Amino acid sequence: MNTETFAENAKAALNDAQLRGALRNVTTLFGKRRRAAAASLSNWEDLRSEARAIKDEVLLHLDQYLAGFVEKAESRGAKVHWARDAAEANAIICELTVERSARNVVKSKSMTTEEIHLNTALERAGMQVVETDLGEYIIQLAGETPSHIIAPAIHKTKRQIAELFTTELGMPPTDDVGELTRTARSTLRERFATADVGISGVNFGIVETGTIVIIENEGNIRLTTSLPRTHIAVMGIEKLLPRFADLDVFLKLLPRSGTGQALSTYQSFITGTKRNASDEGPDELHIIVLDNGRSRMLAHPVTRQSLACIRCGACLNACPVYQQIGGHAYGSVYPGPIGAVITPQLIGIEKTAQLPYASSLCGACREVCPVKIDIPRLLLHLRGEITAQGQGKGGAKERLAFKFWAAVMTRPWLYQRAASAGRLFQRWVPLQAWTNWRDLRPIEARSFREQWRRENGN
Amino acid sequence: MWSSVGTSCVDVLRRVGCEVEFDDRQTCCGQPAFNTGYRDEARQVAKRFIEVFEESTADAIVSPSGSCTAMVHHFPELFSTEPQWLERARAIKARTHEFSSFLIRVLKVEDVGASWQGKLTWHDACHGLRDLNIKSEPRTLIRHVRGAEFVELENAESCCGFGGTFSVKYPEISVAILDQKIEAIERAGVQAVVSGDASCLMQIGGRLSRKKSSVRVMHLAELLNHR
Repeated sequence: MNTETFAENAKAALNDAQLRGALRNVTTLFGKRRRAAAASLSNWEDLRSEARAIKDEVLLHLDQYLAGFVEKAESRGAKVHWARDAAEANAIICELTVERSARNVVKSKSMTTEEIHLNTALERAGMQVVETDLGEYIIQLAGETPSHIIAPAIHKTKRQIAELFTTELGMPPTDDVGELTRTARSTLRERFATADVGISGVNFGIVETGTIVIIENEGNIRLTTSLPRTHIAVMGIEKLLPRFADLDVFLKLLPRSGTGQALSTYQSFITGTKRNASDEGPDELHIIVLDNGRSRMLAHPVTRQSLACIRCGACLNACPVYQQIGGHAYGSVYPGPIGAVITPQLIGIEKTAQLPYASSLCGACREVCPVKIDIPRLLLHLRGEITAQGQGKGGAKERLAFKFWAAVMTRPWLYQRAASAGRLFQRWVPLQAWTNWRDLRPIEARSFREQWRRENGN
Repeated sequence: MWSSVGTSCVDVLRRVGCEVEFDDRQTCCGQPAFNTGYRDEARQVAKRFIEVFEESTADAIVSPSGSCTAMVHHFPELFSTEPQWLERARAIKARTHEFSSFLIRVLKVEDVGASWQGKLTWHDACHGLRDLNIKSEPRTLIRHVRGAEFVELENAESCCGFGGTFSVKYPEISVAILDQKIEAIERAGVQAVVSGDASCLMQIGGRLSRKKSSVRVMHLAELLNHR
C-alpha cells in the first residue's frame, strides 16, 4: 500500500468488517477518555494556548534553540549528529552500530524512526533489530507498519495476535491476553539483556538543560535507554522546548490527548551520559537531530504550524475519515488528518496529492488538537498547492469545470439564464458518484429567485 | 436549489420584524472552489460577492447556511496580499450572519411563533458548529417550537460525511461516515432531522430516501416557518 493508491486502499479498508469494528471501538474509547481527561482540568483551553505559544516561540527561533540544545547536551556528555534526510540519519546510525561491533539492537516505539525506515537500514547493515513496544513488536512480527501513531497494532484482533505468536514464537495456541503478554515480555526481556545498542525517539528536548524526555507506559523505553552500552536517540528538529518548566504544560496535554491518562506510567529524563564510570546506564548517548523536510515546513508561515505537532494521535481518533478507514489506507507512517498534512510536506505532493483531499474539512481534528494546529486550514493550503501544480485526482476536467463555474458565478445574467445553478452544475459533477448511494432531491420547479421576483417584483 | 429554505428564511425574518431585501445579482460565496483548492476561481467569485453586497445599505447579511457564512468569514484569508480587498472583505464579514445566530445573538429572539407536531432531532453542521461556534442557538429556537418534541442525537456533532467535493471524490468513505449518522437517526426514533445547512440535508436526506426511511429532513428555517 502506498500514498498514490489511497482511493483503492480506502475501499479495501471499508470492506474489512473486522478492521472497522476494531476502529470503531478504539477511536470511540480513546475519544471518550480524552474528553474526560481534558474535562478534569479546569484550564484546558489555557493550556492549549500556552503550549501553542511555546511551540510558536521555538519554531520562530529554531536555529538559536537548536544551537543552545546541542551545546548543553554535549556539555553533559552526549554526542549530537545532524542528519539532513532519512538516508543521512540511517547512515549515521548504521555506522555507529557497526563501529561498536553491535549485533543486537533494541528499539523503543518512535514514529521518527518509522519515518526514516530505520529498521530496514539496520537489517541491511547486518543487525538484529527488535521492537520492544508491545504493539510495535506485534506488527514487526507480522511484517506490517503501524496503523495508529500511539496504538500501532489497533487493527489486529486478539485471535490474530495469538496465531502470530504461535507461528513466530512457537507458543502454544491461546487466546488469553495475560498469557500472550507474558510470552512477549519474557522474549523481550532476553533481548534487552543481550542488546548492544538501544534506539529511541524523543518526545521533548529541553534547551535549558540539554535533557531529552521520553514518555511511555510499558517500561520498555526505560530499558531500551538504560540497559545497552550505547543509546541512540532520534529527534526531529522541532521537538525542542526552551525551559524545563515548559514540560508542566506538555506533560499535562500529551498523555490526556493521547490515551486519556492524567500521566503516562514512565517519563524518562535523560541528560547526557553517566557521571562516573561506576554508575549504571549506557556509556554513550548519541542524539541524531533530523531535518528530513522539516525545514521546508518551517520556511513557510502557513505550514510552519505543522511542526507544533506532539504526535498524540487525538486527531486520528476524532477524524470521521480515519474512523472509517484506519491508518494503513493513507500509505504513510503518519496517517489521519495530521498525516495528510505532514506526509505531502515530507515527501512532496506529486505522490501524495490524494491525501489532503481525504477530509470532509469538518474541523474535529482542530477541535481536539492540544497545540491548536489548524489542520483544515493546512489541508486547504495544500489543496491550493496541488491544484496550482496541476496535480490531484480531479485532473484537467476538474480545473476546466471550476473555470467554467467561476465564469458563470461572476456573471449573474448567465447564472440566471441557466434554469438553476444546480441543473447547470449537475452536468459537470460526476453524478453517479452521488447517486450510487444517495438519492438526489429533485430541484424544485420554481426557484427562490423566481418566487422572490413574483412576490416582491424586483 | 431548495427554494423553500430561502422563502422560509425570508418569511421568518419578516415575522420577527426585519425588512428583507434580496439582490438577485448574487450568485455564490466561492466555497466549492476554495475548498477544492482553486483559489483564483474562489477569489473571483468572492470579489463578485463583495461587490454585490457592498451596494446594499442593509444592517446585516443573513444566510441560511453555516457553511456559506463561514466561507464569507474566511474571505480575509483569501485577500491577505490585496490590502484594498482585505479591507472590503473584513467589512462584509462583520455584517454576515448565519440565520440561527442572527435570530439569537443579534435580534435576541428565541420564539418565532412556530409550531410543528412530532419528534425531531438536530444535526450540527460542521462549519456552523466549529467555525462559527453555533451550538445552543438552534436548540433554543427548536425548543420554542410548539408541539415539537426535541431529542438530542447521540452523535449530533459528528460530520455527516458530505464535505463538498469530498462526497463525490471519495463517495465510499463519505457514505460510510454518513451511515453512522443514519444509524443514530434511526435509533432516535424521530420523524424529522433538522439542520442549518442544505448540503448536510441533501447528504442525509439522500441516504434516508435511498433506504426508504420515513424520517424527513428539514432546514431550520423551514421548521421555524411552520405554523
